[in-house]
Amino acid sequence: MNYHWNWGIFWELSPDASGTYLQTLFSGLRWTLATGLTAWVVALALGLIIGTVRTTPWVWGVRLGNAYVELFRNIPLLVQMFLWFFVVPELLPAAIGTWLKQLPNSSFWTAVVALAFFTSARVAEQVRAGIGSLPRGQLAAGTALGLTLAQTYRYVLLPMALRIVLPPLTSEFLNIIKNTAVALTIGLMELTASTRSMQEFSFQIFEAFTAATLIYLVVNGVVVLAMRSLERWLAVPGYIGGRST
Amino acid sequence: MFQNFDFDVIARTWQVLIFQGLAFTLEVTVLAMVGGIVFGTLLAMMLLSSLKPMSWIAATYVNALRSIPLVLVIFWFYFLVPYIGAWVIGSPTPIKVGAFTSALVTFILFEACYYCEIMRAGIQSIASGQANAGYALGMTYWQVMRQIVLPQAFRNMTPVLLTQTIILFQDVSLVYIISLPDFVTMASKVAQRDGRLVEMYLFVAVVYFAICLFLSFWVKRLQTRIAIAR
Repeated sequence: MNYHWNWGIFWELSPDASGTYLQTLFSGLRWTLATGLTAWVVALALGLIIGTVRTTPWVWGVRLGNAYVELFRNIPLLVQMFLWFFVVPELLPAAIGTWLKQLPNSSFWTAVVALAFFTSARVAEQVRAGIGSLPRGQLAAGTALGLTLAQTYRYVLLPMALRIVLPPLTSEFLNIIKNTAVALTIGLMELTASTRSMQEFSFQIFEAFTAATLIYLVVNGVVVLAMRSLERWLAVPGYIGGRST
Repeated sequence: MFQNFDFDVIARTWQVLIFQGLAFTLEVTVLAMVGGIVFGTLLAMMLLSSLKPMSWIAATYVNALRSIPLVLVIFWFYFLVPYIGAWVIGSPTPIKVGAFTSALVTFILFEACYYCEIMRAGIQSIASGQANAGYALGMTYWQVMRQIVLPQAFRNMTPVLLTQTIILFQDVSLVYIISLPDFVTMASKVAQRDGRLVEMYLFVAVVYFAICLFLSFWVKRLQTRIAIAR
């Protein structure tokens, strides 16, 4: 195999005048994290609301929630990105559409919106499963104590259900960070896109991809460790997760 | 909102998009599913093996591949497979590998990690007494796996394996980044040629939605049927 290895490439200047190749990769990492975190906050909020509504006795809320989840789960993320980026601005009134297209960092905002909706459906599914896994008596006990439905959710069901869904939510969080890579198709210069540009300028394919892989592995490891300590911190003694403390 | 909508562009191109683009997507999906389940099951058996090095290798492979984005994996294999191929057949220059082969290898190796986790759960769900009974009858490890454990594990895990396949079917759309002629790539080529992005991408979304919704309902029905039989 005659591949010319050059691990010093990261300290060489990249032709896009932004500094060394290493700096290119780290600027990509910043975009990846910014996109992932912003979208995660929105996805979590939307997913919590929709997942909770899907467990209430409110029939139309359940139906709408189910429709929402099916809609965002059954279309590939790439196609959803294209819809938000190319289609939605055209379907809106012309003035708003033009404003959207001229927005600075429009690919960032589009990626955030697409990832947030895509992931919120998955979060909603986890939250619903979490609430569903609680013993039925908990709702009844809350009602018997004279709590309203909202109070039962707020003080009885959700505190327990959210602890149960923390591990699956961790993997959704990891997924949203990984899924930001899809945004390279709409021109977001996140980590994978930066790696591609480094590879195209320097022809050092494997060095670039190795570096990106390592960065993703480190980010993954940090998130897993952080979420584990969060789980331990939130664990209720004698209940799920409590046994590990 | 829809007054400028051009249904004609869909009427003109849907046959090519479905019978070539979507057919390509389905072909990759089915082949990757079969390959992924076979390789994933082997990985799961390695993972649960009592030989420590075996389970370490499998665990490292699965965890590493699951922590990087599929997009990056697709690029990795797109560039790496020619070099691996050259190494395997001892050629001095990177060999030419068709984009199809490269994509198929990628999806088999990548999805195997997810199938592996499912099969691991499936194998662990079989009471260990069954395997022990097999060993007591003098069966070898492979006989126990093939005739006792795996058939039941597959049966229990069929709905989950199929759900993962629906995800795989959606993931195949990402071959767009290496310009393989799948459904999305072909639709986007038409969209750009005719300047009809709205119609084309909506069409793609509707087709994907219909197929995936149908499949997920079917899986749900299958799940209840399996649950009753058990």
